Amino acid sequence: MNDVLVVATHALRESLRRRVFAVVVCLTLAFGGLYAWGTSELFSDVSNFGPNDVGLDPRTLAGATILGLAMFGTLFLGVVLAVFLTLGAVRGDAERGLLQPLIVRPLGRRQYLAGRFLAAGSVAGVYVLVVYAGAVVVTGVLGDWWPSDPVGAGVRLAAAVVVVAALALLGSIFLSANANGIAVLMVFGAGLLAGLLGSIGDALNSNTLQTIANTSSWLLPFEALYRDALRVLVAEVPGVTGAIIQLGPLGGSHNAGPLLVPYTLLYLAGVGLVAAWSFARSDL
Amino acid sequence: MAVGAQRPGVGGERPGARRDPARGGEDRPARVLTRVLVAEAHGEDDDRGDAHGGDGQAQGHGGQPTLAAVPAALAVTALTKRYGTTHALRGVDLTVGEGELVGLLGPNGAGKSTLVKIACGLVRATGGTAEICGAPAGSAKARGALGYLAELFRFPGWASADELLVLHQRLTGSDGGAAERAELLALVGLAEARERRIETMSKGMQQRLGIAQALVGKPALLLLDEPTSALDPAGRRTVRGLLDELRDRGVAVLLNTHLLSEVEQVCDRVAIIDRGLLIAAGRPDELSRPRGVEVETDGGTRSFAAASREDVPAIVERLVRAGERIYEVRLVRSTLEDAYLAAVESAEADREAAA
Repeated sequence: MNDVLVVATHALRESLRRRVFAVVVCLTLAFGGLYAWGTSELFSDVSNFGPNDVGLDPRTLAGATILGLAMFGTLFLGVVLAVFLTLGAVRGDAERGLLQPLIVRPLGRRQYLAGRFLAAGSVAGVYVLVVYAGAVVVTGVLGDWWPSDPVGAGVRLAAAVVVVAALALLGSIFLSANANGIAVLMVFGAGLLAGLLGSIGDALNSNTLQTIANTSSWLLPFEALYRDALRVLVAEVPGVTGAIIQLGPLGGSHNAGPLLVPYTLLYLAGVGLVAAWSFARSDL
Repeated sequence: MAVGAQRPGVGGERPGARRDPARGGEDRPARVLTRVLVAEAHGEDDDRGDAHGGDGQAQGHGGQPTLAAVPAALAVTALTKRYGTTHALRGVDLTVGEGELVGLLGPNGAGKSTLVKIACGLVRATGGTAEICGAPAGSAKARGALGYLAELFRFPGWASADELLVLHQRLTGSDGGAAERAELLALVGLAEARERRIETMSKGMQQRLGIAQALVGKPALLLLDEPTSALDPAGRRTVRGLLDELRDRGVAVLLNTHLLSEVEQVCDRVAIIDRGLLIAAGRPDELSRPRGVEVETDGGTRSFAAASREDVPAIVERLVRAGERIYEVRLVRSTLEDAYLAAVESAEADREAAA
């Protein structure tokens, strides 16, 4: 365990000293500022809406939509952070000659992977939770709208980023840093696209599209976690408003069922085992 | 063929014994014994045996001290490595005794770095065995007993020299603290650069820092892959002095380098690898051959290619009788470079003949 912490601390110190975190904080503050401005404008407009005949709650609709967009933005930023913290962890660092001096130490390869995963997963996960919590607070304070289950949605969002970090770490064993970064971001995009197809499939009642989306969800559970996070965000909104916001932005909400969390844990364990097995057989 | 304890034919010496011309050609006392006495009858433990896995087989009878084998710092047996259809190593035997400094020579692509990487656990062998102080190469115990400087290495540029050594102290579990770090930096001539960021250091300074990091935790075996390639002559001299000091401390060193003069000056033994095979091994002075006698006279340099040391008095007498004035007489030996080239060419000829 000590070796894992040494590697994780080393990775985090590198990010800190390389000013990765400084850049992330600055850009996140810019993102937060823009979000606060947009939210303020949106709820200012919504307050002018009068009563309607279909029972639509404009404040809930506006709050759920903009927070859903913030969740997508947070997910994307978290994924970028996770990918950049792990994309060259093995093959990339080995090609640069950074890895060998560490790996020849008594530190095991599994511990090295665990340390890198701990560093990237914790940083990206905490980052997502903090940014998401900020968005919830901004939405609540400026728009007086609070989601049904903010904690559950945040945890699912953070878990989605941790899954991406694990996949990026696995990819780093086989691919150079550039190839791995491109591959993981493309897989991430493909997963979200599959979720979007699922929403369209639900609307059109297309079995083929739904099957594609479901298969993608099992193969790439970060997508299922994201859509499930959108679901729990507005799970208790009734009526027409609830029906509309279930569609949600960029993929829409989807109930992944009670197996999602245990499956995600198993998935992470599986990715870890494959990574450890592959790394143990890699010549450096 | 093996170097060291497994190759009694090479000079019949123990590993660690080194012929040092600077000390009158006498063999230095062997600093390290490959066998140690185990006074089993008196119940005394041997510290070195314990430190290296304690595989020594005490076989005392009737309370008499007996011999127990101490594992070699590096023992490679029938080592093979194949990358696809390319055979990088084809059954290499090599032993580096405790406190012995062995030079590994060979052309580019000969398999030297592959051998070193297998010993480090960075590359998996296809066949054969490699052991570090009795532990299988790649195991935690083996990695705990070695220090390594790769040919192509890089350290995090954002870290200072001291921070790098702290990291490696943590990874090796060394409790040497600041004293060990200061000692290592002084050893490689970087005491003044303790707080300097690595990215501001020259390549030569980084190479010396690399040697310092390899020495963190007092390894029993040091594997150096081209450790002086970026050093200027002064830096090379520093490293040579350092290698001598390490040998005095009982650290075994496998030095992979192209600088034959360096090997000739510091190594106890030399192993030459070509196309994955060990083609020659022995002490540097054993690998070189007599190449006649040269005499400086007032008529110029006279060479006697077939002559030996025994012929010198007769040659001098003949020249003096002929009226020439003698200023200097030299026994000429081939250099290690000559021996190296001859071994490689001979191996090439053997391959062609076999084909």
